[in-house]
Amino acid sequence: MTTRYFGERVQRNEDERLLTGRALFVDDVELPGMLHAAFLRSPHAHARIRAIDVSAALRRDGVVAVYTAADLGDYWRPGPLLVPPPPIAGSVFNERTQVPLAKGKVRHAGEPVALVIADSRYVAEDALPEIVVDYEPLPAVVDLERALVPGAPCVHDDLGTNVAARVRQTKGNYAEAAKRADLVIKRRFLYDRGASMPIETRGVVAQWDGKADKLTVWDTTQAPVVIRDGLAAMLGLSERQVRVIAPFIGGGFGPKIMMFYPEEVLVPWAAIRLDRPVKWIEDRAEHFLATTHERGQIHDAEMALTKDGRILGIRDVFLHDTGAYDPYGLTVPINSQCTLLGVYVVPHYDSTFTAVFTTKPIVTPYRGAGRQHGVFVMERLLDLAARALGFDANEIRRRNFIPPEAFPYDNEIIYQDFAPLEYDSGNYAPILEKALELVGYDRFVRDEQPRLRAEGRHVGIGVVCYVEGTGIGPYEGAKVQVQASGKVSVVTGIGTQGQGHYTAFAQIVADQVGVDVRDVEVVTGDTDQFYWGAGTFASRGAVVAGNAVNDAAKLVRQKILRTAAAHFECAEEDLVIGNGAVAVAGVPSRAVKLGVLAAEANPTRGAVAPGTEPGLEATSYFGPPRGATASGAHAMIVEVDPETFVIAIRKYAVVHDCGTVVNPLLLDGQIHGGVAQGIGNAFYEQLVFDADGQLLNASLADYLLPTALDVPRMDLAHTVTPSPLNPLGIKGAGEAGAIPAGPLFAQALENALDLPAKGIELLEIPLSPNRLWELVKGGGP
Amino acid sequence: MTAELHAITTTVNGTRHSRRVESRLLLSDFLRHELGLTGTRVGCEHGVCGACTILYDGEPVRSCLMFAAQAHGHELTTVEGLAPERGRLHPLQEAFRTAHGLQCGYCTPGILLTMKAFLAETPSPSEGEVREALSGNLCRCTGYQHIVNAVLLAAARLRGESSA
Repeated sequence: MTTRYFGERVQRNEDERLLTGRALFVDDVELPGMLHAAFLRSPHAHARIRAIDVSAALRRDGVVAVYTAADLGDYWRPGPLLVPPPPIAGSVFNERTQVPLAKGKVRHAGEPVALVIADSRYVAEDALPEIVVDYEPLPAVVDLERALVPGAPCVHDDLGTNVAARVRQTKGNYAEAAKRADLVIKRRFLYDRGASMPIETRGVVAQWDGKADKLTVWDTTQAPVVIRDGLAAMLGLSERQVRVIAPFIGGGFGPKIMMFYPEEVLVPWAAIRLDRPVKWIEDRAEHFLATTHERGQIHDAEMALTKDGRILGIRDVFLHDTGAYDPYGLTVPINSQCTLLGVYVVPHYDSTFTAVFTTKPIVTPYRGAGRQHGVFVMERLLDLAARALGFDANEIRRRNFIPPEAFPYDNEIIYQDFAPLEYDSGNYAPILEKALELVGYDRFVRDEQPRLRAEGRHVGIGVVCYVEGTGIGPYEGAKVQVQASGKVSVVTGIGTQGQGHYTAFAQIVADQVGVDVRDVEVVTGDTDQFYWGAGTFASRGAVVAGNAVNDAAKLVRQKILRTAAAHFECAEEDLVIGNGAVAVAGVPSRAVKLGVLAAEANPTRGAVAPGTEPGLEATSYFGPPRGATASGAHAMIVEVDPETFVIAIRKYAVVHDCGTVVNPLLLDGQIHGGVAQGIGNAFYEQLVFDADGQLLNASLADYLLPTALDVPRMDLAHTVTPSPLNPLGIKGAGEAGAIPAGPLFAQALENALDLPAKGIELLEIPLSPNRLWELVKGGGP
Repeated sequence: MTAELHAITTTVNGTRHSRRVESRLLLSDFLRHELGLTGTRVGCEHGVCGACTILYDGEPVRSCLMFAAQAHGHELTTVEGLAPERGRLHPLQEAFRTAHGLQCGYCTPGILLTMKAFLAETPSPSEGEVREALSGNLCRCTGYQHIVNAVLLAAARLRGESSA
């Protein structure tokens, strides 16, 4: 083999199309006779619908149809439960999934009430204000604690409560353990998150081909196979009649998986009904209300410790805002519950959460998916405990790390994938030490900080640790095929939103079949190209699909050697693969190109022997028994302006262990992007609702995303503890960067402003300059 | 109501186009849906994200904040006009590929055009100047570090520093 690609900083195959503007995104799909959809959305967070009059809108020139729930007939039904609750004994789960168009009642501002189809998007939007809806406003359900007070208005009247779920998971016996404690730290923590805000909003284009009885849907989804199956079921079609294409997607980060967004079921339905292609592209104002959020949790948590700083146990009771519906089950709060345990030995754990219905947009996973909330609670408890016991914050972490010889390490609770929360592998102490070195911890604390403080500057340092459960099942698959052109095709069912799958999978295949990485053509996200799959979520693309790709490529390699052995009439052992050809070892002149072999493996005359298949092609599937646990530590040095509380990050270091690395260049990019979103979350991204359930900052001018001036240059380092759960040893990396920024900010800001000496604790996220000012100068909340 | 139409002639990437357009037609929609130049991406339609940035007589503008009628008599450059020919890339595009300056690629065309104008004025920028110039373009994927690297690399290559 000439060049090895796996593990190298290989440039991306997909970039040329993206850089020249040729890459196809959903809004680039133009079809003859295409109509355009616009949605009328509820202005109220909570209201009864008394009547809807669409007659004026229908009279407008260019309006083809206006639909309300009443027009949907039997097609109107609540969406499926995308993720059922894990089998945890004693759990309560009240399933209330979203509906295509509101009927009788609206449950959050932005919920679709009517659909206009017109000749152009301009005309469709012109018609929206001409639809007259008679609403009877109801009290909004905004605050989580008030939502649970008896007599509070109910989001779902038939339930008689706003409890969406209640789950308790325990390990050991916390109450007993706490009796033996030298110290119990107890606090209330508030952790809020924002919206994923991909630069591309959502969109759907649907085309019904009445001659072929076939529906094609272009969808900004992270999970095209799942959408295909669900759409077929809802529309009364067989799966093979539906093709879902997730072309290039302009960022996803979680919320581009839903089953279903109302628009995803209504646009195809309208396209079939009207027998015309229909396009809907979400605008940014809609995106704030119509695409799912993550948002907040309130934790009442306590940690019991010995006086030498060892954790005896943790009790946590928390509330989780699930929004108006709960189609994504319990994934987010289960992640919070599980990820809280982090890199530490916690012998006794007692965690109960209540998911609460509110009259706000639906909450589903967004990069990190609840892990942030748990990590914040754990890391802050450790900081507070260290302070109370007179320890260094790093030392208390060292004392509680799960030791490297303890893996696989069973946390004795159930994770989001329904498997036991068992860490496959890890080695945490070297990660922390490397992070301290990378950020220059000792030098900063010894020299720089005292010097800068003497100059009157407010500089501080923080270091935190975390785990990320990644790469969960059920499975993914891939088909690898050598084409007569000599190029190698790889198709898989996952969607891709910028992660670099076109390159990472090509690297895996190029090494196995001996071709240039640029000669491997990857297609993702087209259900007619690859039938099976689950989707891109939970940092699983490289882990699960990557291993399927690897296995399929290995099988193709065997077929190549078998075909070449017949070609040369020699033994397979005498052959070498490389440079897009197979040669007889030691006789480079006796070589045959892969394309020629591919043609020979697909004869036009004669027979293909029984038990063999034509072509140089193989399909494989991979499903891990459980997720692989990645881990890391982040460290930062910040400076705070004591007047304005504006923060400047002076240094940001990440040490990360995601097992075997396919492409360090792509991995760096994933970490950078995650950290940027973590900084946004920790610093200022917050969806602000008023008491009426109205989102007050629903524009990018009001909801600020980090810019190139806010995100610092980052120093990255990696350690490698391969996962034993998959042949390539990979752990996922997509979410890691975003997870620990909250507690890191809090720790570093407390240090910078010398808050412990003032008796002030930072127990909430985000910590915008305004909020920090309130907490520090304004005398608290 | 019949919408008032304006006859406009505009040159996009060196090609003249004459069309009749509604007053309210956004320039971004004109480029994408009338001319089929879909490389110009639309991210927010309120002028914040910068994804729809094009060059208007050489100056970066947000095409979602302009009407097609305003393009009358002006020269526009979109991302499709950046590379000298198919199969070859502009040095900025090259540098973005080398430095992994894009992930989903949705914000990328707007950033490329913003940076093209920036480097024309500031051929030897510092990192701070690059970040300042980039700060009007939002990227949600990369954390900007590789974009900054790519722009610095492109600047060096455009200055003829072949070792870059």
